[in-house]
Amino acid sequence: MLLVKNGRVLDPSRGTDAMLDVLLEGDRIAQVAPAISAPSAEVFDATGMVVAPGFIDLHCHLREPGDEPSETLESGTRAAARGGFTAVCAMPNTKPVNDNASVTRAILERAQAAASVRVWPIGAASRGSKGEELAEIAAMKQAGIVAVSDDGRPIATARLLRQVMDYCRSLDLPVIDHCEDASLAAGAVMREGNQSVRLGLRGMPAATESIAVARDVQVAELTGGRLHVAHLSTRGSLELVRAAKQRGLPVTCEVTPHHFTLTDEDLAYDTRFKMNPPLASRSDRDALLAGLTDGTVDAIATDHAPHEPALKDVEFDRAPFGVTGFETALALGLEQLVHTGRMTLMRLVELFTAGPARALGMTRRIATGEPADLTLFSTEHAWTFRAVESVSRSRNTPFDGRSFRGAPMATIVAGRIVWCR
Amino acid sequence: MPQRLHHMLGIEPLAVEQITFLLDQSKPFQEIQRHPLKKLATLRGKTVALAFFEPSTRTRISFGTAAARLGSDTMNLQAEVSSLRKGESLLDTARTLDAMKPDCIVMRHSASGAAEFVARRLEIPVINAGDGTHEHPTQALLDALTIRDRRGSLEGLNVAILGDILHSRVARSNLHLLGKFGCRFTLCGPAMWVPRELESLAPPGCSIRRVARIEQALEGADVIIVLRVQQERQHESALALAEYILLYQLTPERLRLARPEALVLHPGPMIRGLEIDPAVADGPQSCVLEQVTNGLAVRMALLFELIGSAQTESSAVAPAQAKDAADAAR
Repeated sequence: MLLVKNGRVLDPSRGTDAMLDVLLEGDRIAQVAPAISAPSAEVFDATGMVVAPGFIDLHCHLREPGDEPSETLESGTRAAARGGFTAVCAMPNTKPVNDNASVTRAILERAQAAASVRVWPIGAASRGSKGEELAEIAAMKQAGIVAVSDDGRPIATARLLRQVMDYCRSLDLPVIDHCEDASLAAGAVMREGNQSVRLGLRGMPAATESIAVARDVQVAELTGGRLHVAHLSTRGSLELVRAAKQRGLPVTCEVTPHHFTLTDEDLAYDTRFKMNPPLASRSDRDALLAGLTDGTVDAIATDHAPHEPALKDVEFDRAPFGVTGFETALALGLEQLVHTGRMTLMRLVELFTAGPARALGMTRRIATGEPADLTLFSTEHAWTFRAVESVSRSRNTPFDGRSFRGAPMATIVAGRIVWCR
Repeated sequence: MPQRLHHMLGIEPLAVEQITFLLDQSKPFQEIQRHPLKKLATLRGKTVALAFFEPSTRTRISFGTAAARLGSDTMNLQAEVSSLRKGESLLDTARTLDAMKPDCIVMRHSASGAAEFVARRLEIPVINAGDGTHEHPTQALLDALTIRDRRGSLEGLNVAILGDILHSRVARSNLHLLGKFGCRFTLCGPAMWVPRELESLAPPGCSIRRVARIEQALEGADVIIVLRVQQERQHESALALAEYILLYQLTPERLRLARPEALVLHPGPMIRGLEIDPAVADGPQSCVLEQVTNGLAVRMALLFELIGSAQTESSAVAPAQAKDAADAAR
């Protein structure tokens, strides 16, 4: 038994914001009440901390199997735990691609043995994520996937997307799409704009994303399937999602911390600022901040995309897309969204908990009988993020050396403290 | 004296004084090109590495000749014969070159930012001889020297730039350089190569406007920079050349719309009959060959500034004196 005492319990699913103790028994929450007395329980003193439902990251790349020099299930989930995440959704673009149940099972078995937090695999939508024929989605669902996606690439054609969405509707799985018009993105390494023209780097226009979002929303309407837009980064995409929600379509979306914090003006030739979708304009970033606040955006997701240093230490054009993100996500959320007064702490917690859970068709609550997953954090703890101290195997973060106010303090998964500051 | 340069990565970060200083420093080296004996001993014992990761003839020969006329040795790396073809990374290639102890690296590369990438990782000076579609600073310096010689000043000129401006490092460096002297630019070319974003490159006191028709661009121009039509661009649908000639070729008739004494510059290699009519290329307003000669002077001045004897009190030493100083130092 573990008793989390003296914390401020914040639970967006029921609007709870109160000084409460939480008693965990086995892998479940046993009791939530003021001043619980449980003499036999181990006590964790959460004085000064917020006690939130366990954070869920809808979007990460753990690189195992296939690219273990960049990350493993062990190292990636340790970094996730340090970021306060209790469950992470692993994208299927591993080697081999997670497009069948045996790969899904292998990932889950490895996670069982080595992972610090829950690993929720996402299955490929198409075989090999090649955009041609459907992957073995039903078998993967039985093995444990929580969604499908060809992430890294868009789902290739409207026809395939229609098939995937129809099929996944019958399996009750959301379809997550990396929205991108491949012809506009070809050869581009950043967002098109003043900065790309100044630097002489090939840019992709903002419409690269919103054209695909428009297609996807219409296919969602056609099929009645659940669509989740990955790493949404532009004003135009956000407006399409907002309109779809107003029409009552089952469309959700996520935004990454780097997209709501940085813009293309922050980018020079430093490959730690290269990711896809690329950093957007100031106007797009302002729209994302508004969307996060007004509820159009459902979740903050990291798109944690580690690449071993040698892969990133090349010319900007040649570097792979992607930045790491687990360990800085909450701190950036506090910095950009809460300390600025844009939103309440409750809303920020929702973006890390109930929001992503809803996108997956789940709930996330602090209540008796629920899984004993909790994220404990401070809104005030002062610290500096140093990439060399990261437990990820990779160092490709644009936030190296950034000082923060607020940080994860402890991560509890299935009743166990898996990480504590 | 302006702040001393360590690298030459681009024109954009330079102060006006640094540019003027380099142009002034180029004057004595222009003289040298007219001497029967052109070789100095200024950089005797120094080594300039020429690392051309992208095919180049004129710029590589120009830098090689500039180094030779200063008495420096050169080492040559050419993409076609280098280990790059075997998959070596730019960083490893640069470190290998560096380990052979050159005094500076002159570098051309197809990736924008490649010179800066190397400069951040090595101690020795790096000269950008063209990085992708970003900058080609010595081209802008030699253009400026050519214009200043003919015009006496760079201030407030009307400059027309014609062609594929989006993908031109020459255009970017010229916009930055002449922009710092308050020039007014008119850009003209196929619309997809002249995007609105180019206007944001204008420094304070300079204006950049885009026009659709070449006639509008040429009207009142003091300087016309004709760019090469780059047919090897990736990810671009090729424009029919006949269309380009029809709309954008600089012909004698069109040139008459510019100021009578307007200068015509071209960074080369020039394709007669495509972007420029042969009569213009060979006409009295053409500066093409002067540009080539001035390229040597500018590059000699730059090499001298970056790796010339640091002990010398003033960098503004005439070459003959520099030789004496170098000799005296031995």
